[in-house]
Amino acid sequence: MRAFAELLDRLVLTPSRNRKLQLMVDYFRATPDPDRGLALAALIGDLDFPSVKPAILRAMVSERMDPVLFGYSYNFVGDLAETISLVWPTGNAGAGDGVPLAEVARELSQVSRSDAPAVVAALLDQSTASERFAIIKLATGELRVGVSARLAKQALADLGGIEINEIEELWHGLHAPYGDLFAWLEGRADKPVPTAQALFRPVMLSNPMTEADYPRLDPKDYCAEWKWDGIRVQIVASGDARRLYSRTGDDNSGSFPDLMNAVHFNGVVDGELLVGSPTGRTATFSDLQQRLNRKSVSPKVQAQYPVFVRCYDILQAGDEDLRPLAFVERRKHLEAFVAALDPDRFDVSRFVPFTSWEELDEKRKRPPHPIIEGIMAKRWDTPYLPGRPKGPWFKWKRDPYTVDAVLMYAQRGSGRRASYYSDYTFGVWTGPEDAPELVPVGKAYFGFTDQELKQIDKFVRDNTVERFGPVRSVRADTKTGLVFEVAFEGLNRSTRHRSGVAMRFPRISRLRWDKPSAEADRLETLQSLLDA
Amino acid sequence: MRGHDLLHPRPEGLYCPPGDLYIDPVRPVPRALITHGHGDHARPGNSAVMATQQTLDIMAIRYGADFAQTSQPADWGVPQKVGDVTVTFHPAGHVLGSAQIAVECGGLRIVASGDYKRRHDPSCQPFELVPCDIFITEATFALPVFRHPDSKAEIAKLLRSVRQFPDRTHMVGAYALGKAQRVIRELRDAGYDEPIYIHGALQKLCDYYETQGVALGALLPATLEKGSKKDFAGTVVVGTPSSFADRWARRFADPVAAFASGWMGVRQRARQRGVELPLIISDHCDWDELCVTIEETGAGEIWVTHGREEALVRWCELNGLRAQPLHLVGYEDEAED
Ligand SMILES: [Zn+2]
Repeated sequence: MRAFAELLDRLVLTPSRNRKLQLMVDYFRATPDPDRGLALAALIGDLDFPSVKPAILRAMVSERMDPVLFGYSYNFVGDLAETISLVWPTGNAGAGDGVPLAEVARELSQVSRSDAPAVVAALLDQSTASERFAIIKLATGELRVGVSARLAKQALADLGGIEINEIEELWHGLHAPYGDLFAWLEGRADKPVPTAQALFRPVMLSNPMTEADYPRLDPKDYCAEWKWDGIRVQIVASGDARRLYSRTGDDNSGSFPDLMNAVHFNGVVDGELLVGSPTGRTATFSDLQQRLNRKSVSPKVQAQYPVFVRCYDILQAGDEDLRPLAFVERRKHLEAFVAALDPDRFDVSRFVPFTSWEELDEKRKRPPHPIIEGIMAKRWDTPYLPGRPKGPWFKWKRDPYTVDAVLMYAQRGSGRRASYYSDYTFGVWTGPEDAPELVPVGKAYFGFTDQELKQIDKFVRDNTVERFGPVRSVRADTKTGLVFEVAFEGLNRSTRHRSGVAMRFPRISRLRWDKPSAEADRLETLQSLLDA
Repeated sequence: MRGHDLLHPRPEGLYCPPGDLYIDPVRPVPRALITHGHGDHARPGNSAVMATQQTLDIMAIRYGADFAQTSQPADWGVPQKVGDVTVTFHPAGHVLGSAQIAVECGGLRIVASGDYKRRHDPSCQPFELVPCDIFITEATFALPVFRHPDSKAEIAKLLRSVRQFPDRTHMVGAYALGKAQRVIRELRDAGYDEPIYIHGALQKLCDYYETQGVALGALLPATLEKGSKKDFAGTVVVGTPSSFADRWARRFADPVAAFASGWMGVRQRARQRGVELPLIISDHCDWDELCVTIEETGAGEIWVTHGREEALVRWCELNGLRAQPLHLVGYEDEAED
């Protein structure tokens, strides 16, 4: 357990993606089976121990210590799992290599609800504080170490020196503790052959179209489609198995029972999940969010926010793998295939006719629907290639929205930027014109040259009003303040933020040292985008 | 004589009327007894100072030779008369030269322990238990969540990380007096023989520790006006915690921010400071050690100061000991030194 506990401790405090990968690869390399496979399952969120609930942990600790002292402790630490791991009566007496992860997982998975307190207590007794924290997080299924399933799969790909597509393609046919996977990655065995049905196929991704690209490309080689602002999905149906995958291979079928009930085919289609109806209205991304990240969806929500798929590619029809075919051929298959599906749940993405890039650019700037975020250009003659090959597919996005906002808080970065104030919270004006106040509307990281970063850092240090740990509030009023031009992809309504809006993908696009803070934008400017 | 008559808080610090002296005063006074050299305990400007020779030396290094009008070294364990009281200095195990001060008068003995710890520390004298009637204890880490692990395991964690990330600089934040020298000494004990790079603010105190027999091995200044960031890749750099927020820190190769402190036992504290590698190494007792020490002194009454007094007072009540918070002002609530 020691190595796994140390891995969690390091992952949670390591901001760099590449360093996180290195930590995981080193761990997988140094740790024997089946521990490493269980660690992988835990990182990806695939372990579930239904008998252990946070409430029993609380009860266990209250049997073991004075409630007043526990109260002081919990107030100080702020996290139940961490508090329990630290105050546990055996302290660090359990130091040593402790119990192997596989043993912990075995005991937690077999225990009954009534035996859980005794079994968990015995495990905690034998462990150090750091191991106890890992055990509790494992048992309650909340690792929260900033590792996505995709990042963990990337670590596996790095371990084996292969492309991540190969991992994703296999993924749903594999099971913890993944002995066959590790054996293959270490060159000790052949690639595992998945036996499960309805497996995910790694998706084909696009590159952004730049001004340097299109003069070199012949428009006759490409078709164009609108790029809708929904969620990329892959629907796979074979035999009795029907699944809806995200573009990274997460199985999200459970969130969309209405759609899955309309899947009566045998094949694999690629498309955009949207709220609304193919024949009627297409709703906004905010509406789509009502359907995301839900474990169960009430009939009311299903009726209020119906989903459909705007299909743009087909990877398999019946038993025939269509991926080697050129797009122009696949498209014919797609049109024939979708014609037989439920018209309330599926349609085919329409082409945007064009003869020159200039003409297409004009259309891109004036999309016929607010939920369109740009244009996709695809070569007629390329097969379906997993990953992000350069050349066949381009996304040509609508220009981002921009707003001028005022820097309000700055936070020290981490790692290489720990000595700079490099994370910024910014706001726009609200309230009466003659007595405006700033309301925060977003947060963004550094996106500048080192020289600019230094200038902002100096501004922050020279204009600090208050300090709270690593955060400084910065002078920001109608006389003094640093104006940022903030670019973002869209805006959602938010009840969590005082401003009532939340930006999608905000980044600071320009420093406006020249602009007086009083001339930054007002909240109404953002609100008008919401209503559009 | 009652405890209160022998020692009680005043705005200047803990005052002893029969000796007409203060222990660790926060404002200049005619006569001060100083437990140890940390800045919140040892301040300049007092008229007469009594402390261990090492504490006097450290004060001279930090404040200049004129830190007081007169100074008088106290020998370990030798009782001395000051006014109507007898005072004795005993090792506190906190930093080099740190002392507990026993004050006796009329058959009553109070031990003002200053800051103290029970763990082995190769850079200072070990704590000595002094039986007493009233024990004055610090409460820096007086919550049951503070259970410091073995510092050897923390040093091993640091060395594993140095091996795992040979292209990065490991920057260890450690307070200039005591913690820095202890970390360096423990790295040596763990077999780390490479030169260790130090921030300029540590130089004088490291030199002084060497003169007192604490061998620190090869120390080089972590300064480089010209040259590339790569020069520090794979090395360990020790600096004061504040120096890592300076522009000074920007010269190093993709640094791993490490911090050696008892506070690092709580993840949120590490996160707040942007620490990537917390090292739980403390100059203070953890919760268990505070409780054990209180019991072992045999004191019937406990006075609790600077830190989380309420938790330790609660523990004393649960264990049938009279206890009260001693409201001294001027000590950093979260003294991280
Ligand atoms: Zn101290």
